[in-house]
Amino acid sequence: MEHGHDHHPSGIMRWVTTTNHKDIGSLYLWFSLCMFFFAGTLALGIRLELFQPGMQFMQPQTFNQLTTLHGLIMVFGAIMPAFVGFANWQIPLMIGAPDMALPRLNNWSFWLLPVAATLLVTSFFVPGGPIAGGWTLYPPLYMQNGISGDMTIFAVHILGMSSILGSINIIVTIMNMRAPGMTYMKMPLFVWTWFITAYLLIAVMPVLAGAVTMMLTDRHFDTHFFDASGGGDPVMFQHIFWFFGHPEVYIMILPAFGIVSSIIPTFARKPLFGYTSMVYATASIAILSMVVWAHHMYTVGMPVTAQLYFMYATMLIAVPTGVKVFNWLATMWQGAMTFETPMLFSIGFVALFTLGGFTGIVLAMVPVDVQLQDSYYVVAHFHYVLVSGSLFTLFAGAYYWLPKWTGHMYDEKLGKLHFWLSMIGFNLTFFPQHFLGLAGMPRRIPDYALQFADFNRMSSIGAFIFGTTQLIFVYVVIKCIRGGAPAGDKPWEGADTLEWTVPSPAPYHTFETPPVVK
Amino acid sequence: MSTAKSNKVLVFKLGLAVFVMLGFSYALIPLYKSACDAGWLEVNRIDENNPYANVNHNVNTSNTQVDKSRWVTVEFVATANDKMPWKFEAQEKSVKIHPGEMTNVLYNVVNPTGKEMTGMAVPSYSPALAATYFQKVECFCFTQQKLGPHESRGMPVVFVVTPDLPKDVSTISLSYTFFEVKPKSAS
Repeated sequence: MEHGHDHHPSGIMRWVTTTNHKDIGSLYLWFSLCMFFFAGTLALGIRLELFQPGMQFMQPQTFNQLTTLHGLIMVFGAIMPAFVGFANWQIPLMIGAPDMALPRLNNWSFWLLPVAATLLVTSFFVPGGPIAGGWTLYPPLYMQNGISGDMTIFAVHILGMSSILGSINIIVTIMNMRAPGMTYMKMPLFVWTWFITAYLLIAVMPVLAGAVTMMLTDRHFDTHFFDASGGGDPVMFQHIFWFFGHPEVYIMILPAFGIVSSIIPTFARKPLFGYTSMVYATASIAILSMVVWAHHMYTVGMPVTAQLYFMYATMLIAVPTGVKVFNWLATMWQGAMTFETPMLFSIGFVALFTLGGFTGIVLAMVPVDVQLQDSYYVVAHFHYVLVSGSLFTLFAGAYYWLPKWTGHMYDEKLGKLHFWLSMIGFNLTFFPQHFLGLAGMPRRIPDYALQFADFNRMSSIGAFIFGTTQLIFVYVVIKCIRGGAPAGDKPWEGADTLEWTVPSPAPYHTFETPPVVK
Repeated sequence: MSTAKSNKVLVFKLGLAVFVMLGFSYALIPLYKSACDAGWLEVNRIDENNPYANVNHNVNTSNTQVDKSRWVTVEFVATANDKMPWKFEAQEKSVKIHPGEMTNVLYNVVNPTGKEMTGMAVPSYSPALAATYFQKVECFCFTQQKLGPHESRGMPVVFVVTPDLPKDVSTISLSYTFFEVKPKSAS
């Protein structure tokens, strides 16, 4: 590897050809931010239509396209790449490595993403419009889509490839590039959670790729995997999809656990409580996530024995998750806490994610789930774990590491404003959806019965507050990049991981001589 | 072992894992089929009257009391699936019957192609709730139909609309869609 001092092409070619983990990390983060706003705008379209009963702004087909693309892009285009961005920036810094193990592969895994995103976004302009069958791509509905169905399949292939390459890179980096003395059980928890997440990705992304490939051959090459008229079974798709889909939701939350486990000890000024149990809890969650998939499909027809198994196995996940929540609480217990923006978002995460976890346990119960299947209760549940879970930690992590990345402190006042408005907007949007679901409002409908009107109006107002609030975040980030109070090597008093030993902003090349970890 | 070499070994192992998992996704299909054949995914149906549980075994022939107080119109719709070249039609568009009356109707099917083909008809009812009261004693939809090149056939349906049919149902549409059964299907 060349050890030039900051020698890299300038302008656009710097970003196209870069193999630097910090550049690629930034690319991932900017990309996911763009996708976040795109998919968020789609969500505002959904809430606009649902502001009052009746059909106001769009055709039902358009509405379904919005829900579908919102889901697909948020999952694959916003949340996942954002965590990979954090992994790129932070893993080498946290384990004392000069870069990722496979820098060119790293470049390739990023640049696959804009291609996939283009396929998804341009599907709005092809005949028939984008797919409308829901982000879960269930046949037979999915089979009936026009060209956008194929574009989406290819987009999923490409996104999957990118995730797999990224994961291989992360595993190799963690296994082979740790600084001397950095044993596995000394790695920061963010590194541990990504290590386990990367294995999960390698295990399940190929299964999704297989499932969509079967769909592609069903559509065009006369196979009948899921086509009932040819002896296939659409329910089998649901089994294969959720064999991927359930681990996928943990892929989106485990790195979040890692970020929070870095931030809470810093601002509580105490070491993380129960480090070892955190590692084992993460691994147990990952393993359990592979054997609970059918709780997404209790109502497709399944013997009682199978339902009971999936119910108990699902509830079992609450145990390691509970271990984590109690460890975070114990870390804060009697700590000298201060409440800067990263800590606020982390505490917000612990509170709201736990709430989302509890509604998950409610939904795990077969008799309850049969009632609530495909209702707004489910929508509320997964937004509590994905928005106040994954997204809030992404904000927490961004505020936490921005001083290291840019060398400037962000605007604390605006950061706090961003947090509190997000908190209000988020809860106003999604808390009423629990009641809507319990009252029987199905998800994915553009119009609804009159009795749901009040809660929907609240939800829509909340959504617009939440959506506009995110512009504050963009403003804070840009302001922080442009200038601000100098951050110093270690802006956070309680931080003790390796990235705080390098200067701020982190130089283009770091740890060319590996640090020695005692 | 140097880092570069151990990187290569690790990348190879992880890449192998990716392909194993891709293979696993396809292996799920025979696994799923075995699970189905072994009955692991069967729902224990307690409802004996559910006509979808098993059409052949649920026909209650004891109930042949005819309710002459009212008429029910049964309409017959015949469609061949988009990818199915067979010509398929009902000999009568509709019949007027009393509930409880055993009725026999015929459908015609022609295979206009020059090759032997197998088809399977799938019934559906409108209104859907009528399905419970529509009991078929004999139907070409119970089995697959094989037709030689240019062969045609008249196919019977023998049915009873049970007298407990709700009073507000006066018309039932019975619709069949013919699908082609490919000799080698996925599962």
